[in-house]
Formats: sequence, C-alpha cells, structure tokens
Amino acid sequence: MVEDMVSSQLDLRGVMCPINIVQLKLKMKEIENDGILEIVIDEGEPMQNVPRSIKKEGHKVIKVEKIPEGCYKLLVRKNGGSLK
Amino acid sequence: MIDKSVKDKSNKVKVDTKIDGKTGDIDFNTLKSGGLIKQTQKDLFTVRLRCPGGRVPLSKLEKILEVAKKYAGDYVHLSVRQSIELPYVDYHDFKKLNEELLEADQKIASCGRRIRVPTACSGCEYNPNGIMDTQKMAELVNEKFFAHPMPHKFKISFSGCPIDCARTSENDLGFQGAVEPKWVEEICIGCRICASACREGAIESDPESGRPIFYAQKCLYCGDCIRSCPTDSWQEERKGWIIRVGGKHGRHPVVGRKIAEFVSDEDILEFIEAIIKWYEKAGRACGTLRIGDILRMPEQWNDFISELRIRFDKKLLPDPKMPYKNEIHFE
Ligand code: SF4
Ligand code: SF4
Ligand code: SF4
Repeated sequence: MVEDMVSSQLDLRGVMCPINIVQLKLKMKEIENDGILEIVIDEGEPMQNVPRSIKKEGHKVIKVEKIPEGCYKLLVRKNGGSLK
Repeated sequence: MIDKSVKDKSNKVKVDTKIDGKTGDIDFNTLKSGGLIKQTQKDLFTVRLRCPGGRVPLSKLEKILEVAKKYAGDYVHLSVRQSIELPYVDYHDFKKLNEELLEADQKIASCGRRIRVPTACSGCEYNPNGIMDTQKMAELVNEKFFAHPMPHKFKISFSGCPIDCARTSENDLGFQGAVEPKWVEEICIGCRICASACREGAIESDPESGRPIFYAQKCLYCGDCIRSCPTDSWQEERKGWIIRVGGKHGRHPVVGRKIAEFVSDEDILEFIEAIIKWYEKAGRACGTLRIGDILRMPEQWNDFISELRIRFDKKLLPDPKMPYKNEIHFE
C-alpha cells in the first residue's frame, strides 16, 4: 500500500492560496527524493491551485481521495517518480 | 508640486529649435502624431513614450529618468494604456529630449488617428496562467505597424489567457491566448483533480470511475485541466490566439467579438494587415469612425466578413457575431 510509504503529513485545511503553496514548498524541502507526503486541502481554490503547482514543481500527485467535509487527501511523491 | 514644475520651466533658457523643419509656429497635429499631447498650460506638453506591452527595460528607464529630470515635471504618469508619460515638457525642448531618449533607443508613442502602441499583459514567460507570448507579439506588432495612419485611432491589445487582463473585447483589435484540451483515456487514473481544477464546470467526474466527463460548450480554453492533471491525460489539442474585433471604450463603448480562434503568431500579422486594409477602405466610405462603429452597420459587417472569408476561409469562425454597444452611461 502506498499509504504505508507516507513519510510526512501536512494539513492545509483552512489555509488560503498562496500560503498553502508556500507551506507545501517548505515541507517538500524536508523530504527526500521519492519520499511521499500526504496533504489535506480544501475543495475550491486550493484544489484549483495546489495540484497544478505540485506538477509545475516537478512532483507528482499519486493518489487522491475525497474525504468528508469537502476536503481532499493527496499523496505527493517528491520529484516525480513513476506512477505505479 | 505642479506649480513648481511650471515655474522651473520659465527659468529655463529657451533655444530656438527646429521642429519638422519649422520654427516659430508649431503644427500641433504634426506633434500629436509623434506622441505629444497639449497641456492646459501655455507651451507645455505631455510627452507619451512608446512602451509596447508596458515593458520598459532598466537601461531605458534610467535614460527616461535622466531626461525627465532635465526637461519634464517632477513625476511621470503611467497612462492607462501602459505608456510612461512625461508632463510639463516645453515644446522648445522637444527635439533635444527626443534625441537624448534615442540614445537609449527609447522612442515616442503614437497618438491621433493611427495605430497606437499595443498593450499586453505580462504573458506566458512568468505568469503561470499564460498560454501565448503576449510580450513577443506586442513588440512585433509595434515594430511592424507602428503609427500607421488609420481612419480613426486604432488600439490593439494582447492577453495571455482567458482571464483577459488586457481586455481584448474593449480594443479595436484584441488577441487572447487559448488552449483547447483533449483527454487521453488510457493514462487517466480517475483521480478527479481535473473536475475540481476546472472553474467553468466543463469537467465532471464519473461517480464510479472518477474519470472526466467533458462539456465542451462550457470550456473557456484556459488550460487549467492540462496544468493540473498528474498523469498528463489532459493534453493540448490546439493552442493559439482568439481574435476579437471592434471593441472600444470612451463615451460610447462597444464590445468587440470573436471572429477567429486558435490563430498562430504568423497568421496574426496577416489578420492585422487584412483588417487594416479593409478599415482604410471602409473609412473612406463611412468617414472618421472607429472600426467597431463601422462594423455595427450590417452592410459593412457583411462586407468585412466576406472579404476576410476570401483570404482566411476556415480560419474565420463559421458565424462570427457583430460588435455591440455597451451602454454604460444609460443603463
Ligand atoms: S491575461 Fe492571463 S496570462 Fe495575462 S496577466 Fe492576466 S492572468 Fe496572466
Ligand atoms: S481548458 Fe479550462 S475551462 Fe476548459 S475544461 Fe480545461 S480547465 Fe475547464
Ligand atoms: S486529473 Fe487527469 S488523471 Fe485525474 S481524473 Fe482528470 S484526466 Fe484523469
């Protein structure tokens, strides 16, 4: 299970754009290449902005799960890695 | 502040400069085509500089500052159409000011019944939304068509994406970047990000598989789905410029409308040429009117479309719509 490989978590619920993107960037620095970060973001603007920013930075969203209260849990692999 | 500038001027030694081969009486219309705008104050002009796309390299900016300190008031004004304007310039200083600006290759703008300096948003270089290179095109169009005489003023603008910061429907001719997405089914993992990323409701997720259902008629061609999809299942189908014609602001604003989509950089220059040619002809028939006002006459509109159709055929939309008045003062 990819969930077992999560090395770090970041709860970005209620954090506005672009602060969430900055926090995510800082968190990413702490993680090794191919490490997996679990983030939780709100539906709406964060879902419009955060995934594309992750892609732009060269990381990869490998799993998305809708969780209650209009939020999403995303697993992000640092610096790409293949999508398997 | 203003009074001080004016007083300083009166202390300056006035030299007898030749302007356009004339001394003494100045032909204000000649000056106006060169970007000089008469001020309320006697002998004083605002000099409008040529800043295509609102981009001013620092080397030019330094020279502008140097020249402004010497010949202009103690501020510059940033015009609504992205030009730097130097107020309180005495017309006797015009020639020297122009020559000194040219040392940094800084030129003066166009005014009056001409093609004006194109405006543009910051475009695709560093704006994450940008689809097309607005700055490159503003520069190119400025070089090629600068100050071309027209039946009336003629404004061109470039927006990099459908957010349309440069307001392409309010210009005589507006170009807006657009990208049409296509979905490649095989690599989609059904993550639903695209449906959340699309602000237009053009993508819904299938409740079972999470895969996108695309409603093309709602798509604005912004490319957010392409930028967000983690597997590159959303890809570029077509990319290019949307062309809007006939817009203007002013006392009687007109909304310019789409005549073509996904036009290439090269074809844009062709379109501009063709539209200039048509407007010159229509101007001779209709007089001093903005192109949008001429295009609202049904027979002129039909002539416009059939003339462009001959040259551009399917590159023109099958059924483009006429510009319409935006009655902001009366509604
Ligand atoms: S029109 Fe689009 S690309 Fe241009 S500045 Fe606005 S958001 Fe950015
Ligand atoms: S291009 Fe923009 S409007 Fe069209 S489907 Fe993609 S995100 Fe939605
Ligand atoms: S974002 Fe990409 S992978 Fe995810 S559902 Fe949409 S098309 Fe499929």
